[in-house]
Amino acid sequence: MSSLPLLEVSNLSKRFGGVRAVNSVSFSLKECELLGMIGPNGSGKTTVVNLITGFLKPNEGKILLHGQDITGWPPYRIVRLGIGRTFQMVKPFYQLPAFKNIIIPLYSPRVKQLMGGRYGDRDAVALDLLEEVGFERDSFVAYKMARVLPQGYLKRLELAKVMALQPDILILDELFSGLSLAEVASIVPIIEKLRVEGKTIIMIEHRLRELFRIADRVIVLNFGEKIAEGTGKEVMQSEDVRKAYLGSEVN
Amino acid sequence: MQKRKERIDRGIKVRSEDISALLSWREMLYLSGPRLLPFLGLAILPLVLGAYWQKVLLSVAIVALLAISWDMLAQTGMVSLGQSLFFGTGAYVAGLMNHHWGFPPFVTIPVATILGGVICTIFLLPVLRLRGIYFAMVTLILPMMLVRIIEATKIFGGTEGISGLDSFPSKWLELYLVLAVLLGVLFGFRRIMGSDFGLILKGINDNDRSVMSSGLHVHWYKTLALCMSASVGAFAGAFMAHVYMVVGMAMFSLDYSILPVAAAVVGGGGTFAGSMLGAFILVPISEILRGTGGLRIAFYGIFLVIFVVALPEGIFHYIRQKYYQIERFVEVAK
Repeated sequence: MSSLPLLEVSNLSKRFGGVRAVNSVSFSLKECELLGMIGPNGSGKTTVVNLITGFLKPNEGKILLHGQDITGWPPYRIVRLGIGRTFQMVKPFYQLPAFKNIIIPLYSPRVKQLMGGRYGDRDAVALDLLEEVGFERDSFVAYKMARVLPQGYLKRLELAKVMALQPDILILDELFSGLSLAEVASIVPIIEKLRVEGKTIIMIEHRLRELFRIADRVIVLNFGEKIAEGTGKEVMQSEDVRKAYLGSEVN
Repeated sequence: MQKRKERIDRGIKVRSEDISALLSWREMLYLSGPRLLPFLGLAILPLVLGAYWQKVLLSVAIVALLAISWDMLAQTGMVSLGQSLFFGTGAYVAGLMNHHWGFPPFVTIPVATILGGVICTIFLLPVLRLRGIYFAMVTLILPMMLVRIIEATKIFGGTEGISGLDSFPSKWLELYLVLAVLLGVLFGFRRIMGSDFGLILKGINDNDRSVMSSGLHVHWYKTLALCMSASVGAFAGAFMAHVYMVVGMAMFSLDYSILPVAAAVVGGGGTFAGSMLGAFILVPISEILRGTGGLRIAFYGIFLVIFVVALPEGIFHYIRQKYYQIERFVEVAK
């Protein structure tokens, strides 16, 4: 394994009018690493994801993937290079059955490239993927319209959608939020399996206990700036992080 | 005793959804009936109608084409109020080619279909990222703008338009050509929307950011859908240019924008067949009301309101439900 970082983000800044949503954030990501990204609400975590995946263009800074500058590229080109993401607010295709939701990413040029120019039986691949994330195969749930599915299934659907792209880097934006403990416990093995397969993962999470159990390294954002980096234990001992999370009165 | 309405798919439909287990002629007819009906209907209708109603049928077909073209855009998340842009552009392209270079209709119409579609797509390319009401506003204004440009600069014959265009050799050819194209577009578009490509278009309507994160170039797919839709509209315009034998600013009039939308809403959007059905209901009603003189628009408006209030999902959805499902009342268990 090379020690060269897979993804390198340097001095990334994004302003919305006068608000500095992300201010000179730098970090790097090694291959097969699971990086946690935490911080209070509004600290710029999702903005960082949007900047990396091309949904927003940064005002300053650089994003390098495999040493290639991908700053400001449109999302479809970034996906083709192997960065997939989920959304914090799930964005399924509500008018389509669950398994048809997976057909759309399976149609992307990235999948075509990986499959050697042929798509194969997309329906079968979609159903396999849904089973992998916990849609029971013998039930009708995979054939139900996405708009009638409960939140737990929609989150899994979101995960299956990004897995369909077979990305090298998965960015999971608050995958666990809104899920019960049992549901979280059932999704964690899927993430661990992805790691065994050699995927690199960035997880944005508010469920710190679950995150620290699986993350190799954690970075903490507050007001758009990186205030700490290290293992879960290390960052929670940092004075800045405690202040950011609990307010300044705690000692 | 409380009762509740229950809807169940008819057995034949359930059995034949994915597998072809057809047992009898009746079942085959039941399944192919909805597809055969438009073919048979449109083949026979011109033969039984008089000369006046044949002309009505012609304009029904034109409105149906524009409504289907509107439906295509709507299903991709682009609500257009400017089908007359496509119609007028197609008409002017065909008219100019016929007037200046003397090409016959069988050359001008196919060329105007493709060229008109491409021109309209280029016109709308800058606003493709707009959604909903913003896109609608731009499409509404563009044809009006073109009319003013033609009027002010006196290009393309100015307010007079271009007259003396070639007509079709026979009225039967004219009628059956447009009906054949209508059927082709109807079943072609239905097939496209049923394919994986159509799935992406529906996905864009549903959630374009999710399509982006799936690694697909949303604007490219929108452009393709727009081009297909605009080509159909341009065909209708080019065809009518040769029927009327004149091209004028009226080709960009609001009628060609609003009537298709009304047809699609009354008939039921999202299926193409509904849009076509809407045209087959609204245009004849409008013709029948011609006798009422000045109150025509008022009566027409009342009909529109009745349809929309009584069947908000559209007539086609209602008919389809009746055809494929059994309804019955069952007692509610206490």
